[in-house]
Amino acid sequence: MENNDYSHIPGWGIDADPKNDPTYPYRHRIERATKAPEPSDSNWERPTQQPVDIEVLKSIERPTVSAVFGTSAPPTGLSGQIRRFAFKSSESEYGHWLPLLLADRVNMVEGILDDLKHGHIPNIFAEKGLKAAWKYNRKGLLQSILIGVLVTSAAVALLSSKKSESDT
Amino acid sequence: MLAMNYRGPRRVRIDHKPYPEIKHPEDAIVRVTRSCICGSDLHLYNGNVPDTRVGMTFGHEFIGVVEVIGSEVEKVKVGDNVLVPFNVACGKCVFCQQGLFGNCHESNTQASAVGGIFGYSHTAGGYDGGQAEYVRVPYANVGPTVIPEGMDPDDAVLLTDVVPTGYQAAEMGGIQPGDTVVVFGAGPVGIMAARCAWLFGAGRVIVLDEVEYRLEFARNYAPCEAYNFKEMDDPVVFIKKITDWMGADVCIDAVGAEASGSALQTITGRKLLLQAGSATALHWAINSVKKGGIVSVVGVYGPTDNLVPIGNVVNKGITIRANQTSVKRLLPRLIEHVQNGVLNPKALITHRVPLEDIADAYYMFSNKLDNCIKTVLIPPSAKG
Ligand SMILES: NC(=O)c1ccc[n+]([C@@H]2O[C@H](COP(=O)([O-])OP(=O)(O)OC[C@H]3O[C@@H](n4cnc5c(N)ncnc54)[C@H](O)[C@@H]3O)[C@@H](O)[C@H]2O)c1
Ligand SMILES: [Zn+2]
Ligand SMILES: [Zn+2]
Repeated sequence: MENNDYSHIPGWGIDADPKNDPTYPYRHRIERATKAPEPSDSNWERPTQQPVDIEVLKSIERPTVSAVFGTSAPPTGLSGQIRRFAFKSSESEYGHWLPLLLADRVNMVEGILDDLKHGHIPNIFAEKGLKAAWKYNRKGLLQSILIGVLVTSAAVALLSSKKSESDT
Repeated sequence: MLAMNYRGPRRVRIDHKPYPEIKHPEDAIVRVTRSCICGSDLHLYNGNVPDTRVGMTFGHEFIGVVEVIGSEVEKVKVGDNVLVPFNVACGKCVFCQQGLFGNCHESNTQASAVGGIFGYSHTAGGYDGGQAEYVRVPYANVGPTVIPEGMDPDDAVLLTDVVPTGYQAAEMGGIQPGDTVVVFGAGPVGIMAARCAWLFGAGRVIVLDEVEYRLEFARNYAPCEAYNFKEMDDPVVFIKKITDWMGADVCIDAVGAEASGSALQTITGRKLLLQAGSATALHWAINSVKKGGIVSVVGVYGPTDNLVPIGNVVNKGITIRANQTSVKRLLPRLIEHVQNGVLNPKALITHRVPLEDIADAYYMFSNKLDNCIKTVLIPPSAKG
């Protein structure tokens, strides 16, 4: 319950300065909510709830599913498992965000597998916009290809030399 | 319908996706006539925003025609030409009621810190965005605003984000007549922030970036002083020097997580993701502002931590103000500014690309090729 009587606290409010509001003008103050806080996050009349007919992962920092939510890509597969795990921790924890980033990378591989499963070979060059690169950034593109080739051949050389060492 | 489809870091394509459906009585379905690529999309494109799922459609800056409305939609009708603020906002929660439409509490289940944003990962609600032919627009009584008769659609689409964000960046700076304002970043947002700083009475406006053509554009458009930080030993000392060694009254971070200029920040923030993006511009803003000054942050960062000199914030008595833009709050004033010719947003648009060529458009915008400032995508159903 809200208690509006502070008379037992000496000096309560004598220096209150309504002008001292660094949030002006991008937040305008409203009457403090007078309703007794319910055990939910809402001291407002909530909009109609969108039916929860897909899996929506919910932040543990809020008690309810928001009245509307996006339905873009519900969690699936291994990445989905990792995301569900991530949502056991609050937004304040690395245990939330790092698994989500990991899930994003796993999801990328799942995306390629899914494409192949549907008989679609992803045109990664087109997806990366390399047509524009060829037209407007040929030097940069060739440079990164060169670096790629160098790194790969260095790695191959290193691995094969290790292999031949262990062979002997 | 055709829609952008995210496949993984720096891989996007156009695919056929099912038409969006009404999922809530306050939903509308909008047929997109124009959408933009934003600097904010680059954080997603580069794979730096956690919970960006493969298959999602990006795009939070779009306008279009209302095609279908839910049973509780009263403020717009089928056939209306609308511009749609990038925030998904309910209009009812305690935050929306305070004008904080960028901080709605009824539009994002996945995170409590940020409200819902169209096409902006599941961390911002999991909504498919407007880089598509059609899009589901929740809370159609709140966000979508009928485009005034006679307004150029290119102006309208920039009112969904760039103009209000540049304006709010200046507004949060608490700029007083005569103040010296430094804007970090000469992307669309920074350029607009520099332009808007004058509306609040700035005495001097300075922009820093490293891309020469953008500096040139800012110089003419704002108009303002514009300097290349690549040519400086130390941008903070440079700002001090040109402000009588006092620093600027107000510094604006219009760069965010993709900042360059510091190897340490770039490696830890952009390559290794050990921090929530590279905080170089914010670092410079804090260190270049005058004691007692104000730093206004609209540059977007990830949800974890960043390396910023917080000790200097304390020692210098700096006020930091930041937010996602509350587009709806600012629209009435900004529509007026556009209609009266005070602001000319459409001049920022340098590229007009068919939606089908989205992968190339992303590559060009992200690599700042062909003097690109702002790219508009035109869906096939909007041509002709
Ligand atoms: N708060 C909001 O509501 C909101 C809305 C829209 C955009 N944004 C954010 O605003 C930022 C800018 O958006 P944009 O569309 O103009 O992006 P952009 O990528 O086109 O522009 C960023 C500019 O910053 C420059 N830059 C890089 N490092 C710099 C540094 N250290 N100092 C100065 N300049 C530097 C880049 O060269 C580039 O020109 C992004 O972070 C975006 O996410 C925020
Ligand atoms: Zn944007
Ligand atoms: Zn709300």
